Amino acid sequence: MSSVNARPKSAVFKNLSAKIAAVPMILTAMVVFLGGTIWTIVYSFTNSKLLPRLNFVGFDQFERLWSSARWITSVENLAIYGALSLVFSLVVGFLLAVLMDQKIRFENTLRTIFLYPFALSFIVTGLVWQWLLNPELGLQNIVRSLGFTNFTFDPLYDANIVIYGVLIAGLWQGTGLIMVLMLAGLRGIDEEIWRAARVDGIPTWKTYVFIIIPMLRPVFITTLVLIGAGIIKVYDLIVAQTGGGPGGASEVPAKYVYDFMFGAQNLGQGFAASTMMLITVIIIIIPWAFMEFSQRRSR
Amino acid sequence: MNIRSLAAALAASVVLPLGAAQATDLEVTHWWTSGGESAAVAEFAKAFNATGNKWVDGAIAGGGDTARPVMISRITGGDPMGATQFNTGRQADELIEAGLMQDITDVAKAEGWDKIINPPALFAPCVKDGKWYCVPVNIHSWQWMWLNNGVFEKIGKPVPKNWDEFVADVPDIQKAGIIPLAVGGQSWQSNGAFGVLQVALGGQDLWKKINVDKDAKAAAGPEMLKVFQAAAQAREWSKDTKVQDWNQATNLVITGKAAAQIMGDWAQGEFAVAGQTAGKDYTCLPGLGVNEIISTGGDSFYFPKQKDPEKTKAQMVLAKTLLEKTTQVAFNLKKGSLPVRGDIDMSAANDCMKKGLKILADGKILPDGTQVLSPDTVTQLNDVIDKFWHDPSISAETAQKQYADIIAKAD
Repeated sequence: MSSVNARPKSAVFKNLSAKIAAVPMILTAMVVFLGGTIWTIVYSFTNSKLLPRLNFVGFDQFERLWSSARWITSVENLAIYGALSLVFSLVVGFLLAVLMDQKIRFENTLRTIFLYPFALSFIVTGLVWQWLLNPELGLQNIVRSLGFTNFTFDPLYDANIVIYGVLIAGLWQGTGLIMVLMLAGLRGIDEEIWRAARVDGIPTWKTYVFIIIPMLRPVFITTLVLIGAGIIKVYDLIVAQTGGGPGGASEVPAKYVYDFMFGAQNLGQGFAASTMMLITVIIIIIPWAFMEFSQRRSR
Repeated sequence: MNIRSLAAALAASVVLPLGAAQATDLEVTHWWTSGGESAAVAEFAKAFNATGNKWVDGAIAGGGDTARPVMISRITGGDPMGATQFNTGRQADELIEAGLMQDITDVAKAEGWDKIINPPALFAPCVKDGKWYCVPVNIHSWQWMWLNNGVFEKIGKPVPKNWDEFVADVPDIQKAGIIPLAVGGQSWQSNGAFGVLQVALGGQDLWKKINVDKDAKAAAGPEMLKVFQAAAQAREWSKDTKVQDWNQATNLVITGKAAAQIMGDWAQGEFAVAGQTAGKDYTCLPGLGVNEIISTGGDSFYFPKQKDPEKTKAQMVLAKTLLEKTTQVAFNLKKGSLPVRGDIDMSAANDCMKKGLKILADGKILPDGTQVLSPDTVTQLNDVIDKFWHDPSISAETAQKQYADIIAKAD
């Protein structure tokens, strides 16, 4: 896109057909996304119950939101899940891709195995891991039947570590895609660069860290966006795997929004929570976008 | 009598296909999906199909918390179903106020529902400004505890007759490697069990003060603290219940992996499906054996407004069918719930249901939580109690304070 716009001839009628074709999407974006967002923010200042009503109550909904223990837990969980999922997806995804790139045998088979979980929905992933982590059916039972009768591994039933149980499932599902994207990036690196590095006697790990990774910057950005979007919207995994339990220890903001909008019939509270989610996203996105695009222009 | 009704049925079978020229399909949504529940709802379908219309079953799996949002968004989104279940109470209030529900006053008047529905408290949530918008079909009481007799035989003790005796037996039950109290992972289950403890140990007056009058002082008082302390004890006994759904928890009791469960009378359907007999294989204690009472929760059917007048007509037929004597008997026997009519023959009922019917006849009733609290408040209470139940680091005092705060702001 940017290369097209960067051309000096920037007339309105240039590429007219392309612009006309983009009109429906622009309209959708304006009306549905922007309009819906503004509508939600406006109604988050009302005391709407089951049906939206314009009865303004100021910041009441937000005060209640931030004094709710459940919301605080949700935000903490999202922070833990987000940070760990970001780090592990990138690191594990990159390492797997590097491994794959060593011209190993059965690469196709392995690649398929790693990518396969991504073909499953979060609901299926959640259910599969609910069973795998169930103490009576899954891992714990298998290890115990091998003779280690004291082995205990039931993260989904321990409030302190339940979010890590969810994280395992999330990583299992998502890392394969990151690996494939990274692998595509690695394959795009010119052989000449490797040769030059070898001639200069640079160790392989240094070549990766100082030459290859900076060259993979666009791939990293893409994967970051994908992982980030996945973190913010994590909901179905929780619902399928833990239902938010035990004792609300694995609640996440998206589930809070849903439960209050529909279960508790309190739209105002749900809107307030979703507005907070939007603000968080904006706080992260705007400085990043600013940096990213201002750099481009100065190049 | 028999011959006459047979003749009537025969006549009906001839007349109806002519009278109701075309069968109308009516989609009915509900969240009755467990074994006992689906057997019960099949009785409604059978009765409605016999009127020459067609019941299109719209079961939504995952319990009421999952099903209600689907139903509500379909109604508000302009895709109303023919009829839908809600709990008897305040869940559909705003839908009625917004004029999305069909007024069924005509049927109610013609059938004299205000005279046959017993207790009258049941239909109060259905009537707004003198108009009827829903029909209660059953009474479900939370106030029960279910015990596996086999477990007590195993530990060599008589089956407890009340909560205190049960508490005394807990050490022996634990020694035998059996879970004393089964409580599933979903939040409404721990909150429900807590509510039963509250009525049984704190007494009805306390319950009414807190839930009906929203008295935050009573909620923060010493009597309520005792309830929280009892619950803190009970959560220790239930911590090995590693299942989510209520019927899985009931199944632990049925199979003898757990000794008892505090759960509404819908659990009875599961015992019945498992082929167990009340009194022989399992025992039920209304009000934990301390404070015998029935809370008049339950299910009602609502009829979202339809554009097609044929469908509206079919809705009226369905409303009428749901409360007919034969339907009420057949449905409630399968469901394990109590009928909303006091004038029908429930001699086929089992031990537990008979206990319930007697308490009902004695007028020992209490409204259900969903009838006096808004869904918003119920959700908040669910959250607090659920957290308290599953996190032993939260003390009874801390939980009580959070609880009282919600009651203070309740609507």
